[in-house]
Amino acid sequence: MSGQEVVFALLSVVMLGSGILVVTTRNLVHAALWLVVSFGALAGGYLVLTAEFVAWVQVLIYVGAVIVLLLFGIMLTRAPIGESADLDSGNRWAAASVATATAAVLVTVMVMGFRDERMPLQAGSGSADALGASVFRTWVLPFEVLSVLLLASLVGAIVLSRSDIGARPEAGARADEEDGV
Amino acid sequence: MHLAYPTIVAALLFSVGVYGVLARRNAILVLMSVELMLNAVNLNLVTFDIWFRDRLHGGQVLTLFTIVIAAAEIGLGLAIVLLVFRNRQMIDIDRLRALAEDTPGGGEDPRDDTKASAAREPEPTGTQHEEAAP
Repeated sequence: MSGQEVVFALLSVVMLGSGILVVTTRNLVHAALWLVVSFGALAGGYLVLTAEFVAWVQVLIYVGAVIVLLLFGIMLTRAPIGESADLDSGNRWAAASVATATAAVLVTVMVMGFRDERMPLQAGSGSADALGASVFRTWVLPFEVLSVLLLASLVGAIVLSRSDIGARPEAGARADEEDGV
Repeated sequence: MHLAYPTIVAALLFSVGVYGVLARRNAILVLMSVELMLNAVNLNLVTFDIWFRDRLHGGQVLTLFTIVIAAAEIGLGLAIVLLVFRNRQMIDIDRLRALAEDTPGGGEDPRDDTKASAAREPEPTGTQHEEAAP
């Protein structure tokens, strides 16, 4: 085991442990905070894998934005701050068996397929320089399409959460009534 | 570094997310579990990008795109969850059954949401009336 493998193994223990706590804890706010730990450990894993830029984007967007958005959602739905008993549905044993089966299948495939493979880690292969050149040379069209998608989804979120728009304009409702009669 | 380490970790993280999606009842917790699954996929993408030594950095760029799509998804998802909360005053996924078909045995489910139970309300009063008539 090289040093990188040791560090990555420790980070993945943190990642998986906090991930399991996210899906098993009885406190909604703690679930969001454990998600921070899990994403942070994953960002550390990206750093070990020499994907620096992805690691910082992970920290900025996931830990910075998505978790804050989730905490807003938790508070706006007036969730209980303390422990609540009914966060798990009744089919948790079926869920556990499905998840175990998924893990068994995926781990078996990965171990059988890539048991002897080693990956070359060279510093700088995932730097902002290399990735920026790649995004704005090769992948510039998907990048622009993605910006339009992000704009459309944010407009959609604003429209969904505006409360001053009625359910239907009156003309449409009258037309429906006439159709019904 | 062995390729097995990140891929196995990604597989386990994905199955943790699967468990969360299936076992949780609160809609926001389900969204968090979906985020866990997306992160497992991202870890796989980065790993294989580095393994292939891709000169175009396709895996890492696709990871960035996935992160942006996840941000868009969580924004829309939370908007929908808040809308459901505004209409129904709860976000328990088990009780949001307005789109479920009316199965013969499923009518007596006490965890049905309010709209469906309001629509079913005339039925029991009718039977009471029939019982009271003789």
